Amino acid sequence: MNLKLLADIAKALLLARWKQSLVAAVGVTFSITMFIALLGFMNGLNSLLDGLILNRTAHVRLFNEVKPNPNQPINLAEAFKGGHNFIQSVKSSGSRVELYNSGAIMRAVQADPRVLGFSPKINAPVLYNAGTIDINGAVSGIDVEKESKFYFFDNYVTSGKSLDLKNISNSIILGKGVADKLLAEIGDVVQVTTSQGERLPLKVVGYFQSGIADFDKVQSYASIATVQKLLGKPNNYVTDLQIKLKDLAQAPAVGKEYAQRFQCDAEDIQTANSQFETGSSVRSLISYAVGIVLLIVAGFGIYNILNMMIYDKMDTIAILKATGFSGSDVRKIFIGIALTIGILGGLTGLAFGLLISFGIDQIPFNTAALPTVKTYPVDYNPKFYVIGIVFSLITTYAAGFFPARKASKVDPVVIIRGK
Amino acid sequence: MAKTVLQSININKYFSDPVRVQVLREVNLAIDQGEFVAVTGKSGCGKSTLLYILSTMDTDYEGELRIDDVVMRGKTEGELALVRNEKIGFVFQFHYLLNEFSVLKNVMLPGLKLRKHSAEEVEHKAMERLKTLGLEKLALKMANQLSGGEKQRVAIARALINDPIIIMGDEPTGNLDKKNGDLVFDIFKQLCEESNQTLLIVTHDQGFADNTHRIIEMEDGRILKH
Ligand SMILES: Nc1ncnc2c1ncn2[C@@H]1O[C@H](COP(=O)(O)OP(=O)(O)OP(=O)(O)O)[C@@H](O)[C@H]1O
Ligand SMILES: [Mg+2]
Repeated sequence: MNLKLLADIAKALLLARWKQSLVAAVGVTFSITMFIALLGFMNGLNSLLDGLILNRTAHVRLFNEVKPNPNQPINLAEAFKGGHNFIQSVKSSGSRVELYNSGAIMRAVQADPRVLGFSPKINAPVLYNAGTIDINGAVSGIDVEKESKFYFFDNYVTSGKSLDLKNISNSIILGKGVADKLLAEIGDVVQVTTSQGERLPLKVVGYFQSGIADFDKVQSYASIATVQKLLGKPNNYVTDLQIKLKDLAQAPAVGKEYAQRFQCDAEDIQTANSQFETGSSVRSLISYAVGIVLLIVAGFGIYNILNMMIYDKMDTIAILKATGFSGSDVRKIFIGIALTIGILGGLTGLAFGLLISFGIDQIPFNTAALPTVKTYPVDYNPKFYVIGIVFSLITTYAAGFFPARKASKVDPVVIIRGK
Repeated sequence: MAKTVLQSININKYFSDPVRVQVLREVNLAIDQGEFVAVTGKSGCGKSTLLYILSTMDTDYEGELRIDDVVMRGKTEGELALVRNEKIGFVFQFHYLLNEFSVLKNVMLPGLKLRKHSAEEVEHKAMERLKTLGLEKLALKMANQLSGGEKQRVAIARALINDPIIIMGDEPTGNLDKKNGDLVFDIFKQLCEESNQTLLIVTHDQGFADNTHRIIEMEDGRILKH
């Protein structure tokens, strides 16, 4: 119960100087508030921007690249095995861009415990026919439910219902840019021609807006069955498998493994989008730096006020020591004062930070690129709040440490003599 | 023969600021249980310096100090704090109460620190002490609302809270008028007679000294007679 007594004394000293203590606590409150608001906002923006890419990018994508066959016949011939064979005018063998044996691959991927899920896809280059002009584009055949579940397809369908792709046969969801060029309304029928010359009328059931305008000017979506029909392919024809993993960091390893195992090409998200993480981490770094600088400033405030308090309370310290309190008791009292300022200031800071976050969350933020976002994004990750309070405790402890040590070293004889 | 509670053997003390001077020379003294001792001497002869050493607050000396038959040399700062807390009651010239606390709390603090008794018992004891000194009405006042004489009596109550083996005072009446000074002296006298309390009091007041059991006279850092 010694600590309770020391806490009592700390409280009395704190209250005796409550105005200065309040100023110090307000300093901490201010910096923690800024820290929380800044980090919440920055990270909200980060995940929004990352989401633009991450949401729609497979962690591992399996496909067959159009490329020359590495096993040219001459290498297999017994007679030329020993030599280095130069072959000229090799052509890519792009005849089959489909994934071989896609059914088996899907079953194997589904069984892999590292995999969260996957969505099959067919990419088909097409021409949209509008009167006399043809517009270059691409139609992706997707499994709407899986695509929505793993790649948030739903969020980007701005008019119409995404599920109509599945429920209405021969239907298409047009990119907003494509629709504008074709002057196609929902319910209209558009003509689509494949590179092989097959032509199919498709009913428009919705618009799609990804946030990347160039993308929306060429891309449309249809169901897998529709695209298979368009291309005249059997119903096991799939060109891409977009796999989402439980842990994004494993993507390169899993990609390599799958490429080996399924004899196809695999691209992982880190290779495909190596730049996006850089922006995020720089933004986080800036917010942390600003927050810490603010805290250090607040720390100096506490340091000053404790120093003042110690000069002010020399007599008190001397009398405590003369009546049997040790140096370490005195140190604990002053550390206790510092930590009390830190905890109270920090907790109020967290509360204000949360309030400001709510405020930012209410500010309208409309942009054509992000149809689903209506207000500024804020990240309420509890991690920031934990870091905030830990930081405030660390800075106030550090700020209190030296004054407290000075107080613990006060020689009562010097003070009593000095009277 | 009564038990010796405080003993100093060949204590020397030097100050080296700005030049090395010796302020205590071969101080030998022994104080027995129940004695009321006054220390007198000219200003600057080293009375306060001696008292700070005897009360363990000053550890920078040569020679040996025994309190309650325990050698003080070699004890840590924390252990010495405990000795002061448990065995020594100190009364200063300039009252030295904690202004942040009530009178009662001031008296209780050393007792709460010692933790020999529960907080309720300490409070009860503190009230008893205040009562015997006629201060019970002031118990809940803040320390800075008291007069000088009242403060000094509260300081005595505080010195008594842990039933110390010795009470030391450095001119406890030096800052008080005649009436209050006499009051404080009467309290000391009463403590000595009724509770067999040992007291060691530095004073300039010859009248005060003459009424104690024994006078230790100092000159130039030496003890002239005891
Ligand atoms: N910190 C110090 N540094 C150097 N010399 C000191 C120091 N403190 C005290 N002295 C000297 O030591 C001597 C003894 O001082 P001390 O305070 O013990 O005297 P005193 O007998 O209590 O005097 P008074 O009756 O005036 O209180 C004095 O000459 C004083 O100047
Ligand atoms: Mg003196």
